[in-house]
Amino acid sequence: MKYVLMYTNRPDLDSAVPEERRAEVYQAIYGWFEKHGAVMSNPGAELQGPETATSVKSSPNRGEPVVVDGPFSEAKENVGGFSIIDVPDLDAAIAIVKEWPSLLLPGVAVEIRPIVDHGEM
Amino acid sequence: MTAEPLAAEDAALARIVRREAGLIVAQLQRRLGNFDIAEEAVQEAIIIALRTWRRDGVPANPGGWLSLAARRRAIDLLRKRSREVRLADEWDPDATPAEDAPARTSDERLPMLFGCCHPALSVEARLALTLRAVVGMTTPQIASAFLVPEPTMAQRLVRAKRKITNAGIPFTIPEDSDLAPRLDDVLTVIYLSYNAGYLEPSESGRELSDDAIWLAELVARALPDQAEAWGLLALLTFLYSRTVSRFDDQGRLVLLEDQDRTRWDEVAISRADGYLATAAALGHPGRFQLQAAIAGCHATAATWEETDWLQILTLYDLLLRYDSSPVIKLNHAIALSHLKGPEPALAAVDQIADRLNEYHLLHATRAQLLTQLGDHAAARYANERALALTNNPAEQQLLRSRLEVPE
Repeated sequence: MKYVLMYTNRPDLDSAVPEERRAEVYQAIYGWFEKHGAVMSNPGAELQGPETATSVKSSPNRGEPVVVDGPFSEAKENVGGFSIIDVPDLDAAIAIVKEWPSLLLPGVAVEIRPIVDHGEM
Repeated sequence: MTAEPLAAEDAALARIVRREAGLIVAQLQRRLGNFDIAEEAVQEAIIIALRTWRRDGVPANPGGWLSLAARRRAIDLLRKRSREVRLADEWDPDATPAEDAPARTSDERLPMLFGCCHPALSVEARLALTLRAVVGMTTPQIASAFLVPEPTMAQRLVRAKRKITNAGIPFTIPEDSDLAPRLDDVLTVIYLSYNAGYLEPSESGRELSDDAIWLAELVARALPDQAEAWGLLALLTFLYSRTVSRFDDQGRLVLLEDQDRTRWDEVAISRADGYLATAAALGHPGRFQLQAAIAGCHATAATWEETDWLQILTLYDLLLRYDSSPVIKLNHAIALSHLKGPEPALAAVDQIADRLNEYHLLHATRAQLLTQLGDHAAARYANERALALTNNPAEQQLLRSRLEVPE
């Protein structure tokens, strides 16, 4: 099954993490991608910060979509990147995600979302 | 089909269904590779069976009867979904299931139980799904056991099954270091099922507790080297031994200290002792074994006055190393009050008051301690808080009686 992994963090908590700690974790992330390369359908991308986000929102009143500054949601959590993995089941996905190096930092979470398989509908 | 007329009570029918239902779901699921249809088919077969058996009596081979009915329902359900028509056409439901692939584990229900109790599901969903798929309870039975409207429960089950399929939750027994935490999830669901039932003086409450013990035994016998599985079975069996003395003739709750100990089930107590010994011999202590040991201390005290509170407090100290949740701290404080008096116990209770502010037993305990200290006004207020926070009629009645009699 294919799953999208969404790597999320809390920008408000990130500042408390010392620079060298962050560098260590970043280094470990390379190792993590190497280790799990075989199941990566698509390693995905690391995203620029939420301050760079632009959202286009539907506007039921005017019909014309509205362009606004910022991420789509006001949540404290920020999606910092994503990957797509192909593994047998959710337990396999959870086992890989538990090793995600950033989980050693405060406020980090990884959301696992199955991808809709149109071939089976 | 020849049916032996039998005026079976619904409880007896439920026990017959329980023995077979989970096995049939597991077999069908393995055959079809589709849990949703397997589970739905067995549920529909159970409803047909209960109606038919109530009228005509229980057939000689109820398992075979249910299995055939479920396979026929499964075919109908498969036909309803176009992409599975081919599978339905190729499959003869009346053929004996012996031709199916052999089971991989000694009890096929175990992998399914681990799937139903997966941490990716909400605790409410785990409970409902386990009771339906593994125990074979019907949706109305589960809804009434948890005091939830039937459509709400039905919706909860649909969502949970959808998540299992769409998120790819596997039906496997976890291995190595994954087993202990996942087994703890399974045992917790069983423990919560017991808790949902044991304070209900009603028949359905007792049946839920009975189902929980049955599940605990299923797990312990299927995973005999898992000490905590035996620990939970021991704990529930100790609690079960006091069933008949827990309520008086009018269905009112009787506290442990007031129970008629001669009515405790000696056979159950010695069985529980045996389970606990089996657990202890495995050399992996855990929270359920320690709770069982505490329940065992109560079971072996001939009178309330002879309760070995030092032993119980020591066991709670150990238990806190495995489970430092505020509920365990509350029980630790109660044990402390029996050994050291109400003052240090109240101090300990007040330390966790913030975290258990919505838990009726925190306020009921505070009320008891405040009464012992002579602060009747504060005790009354605490009892009122407790009363407002519980839905259980037996507990409400007990708290009301405390409010009526100013000590």
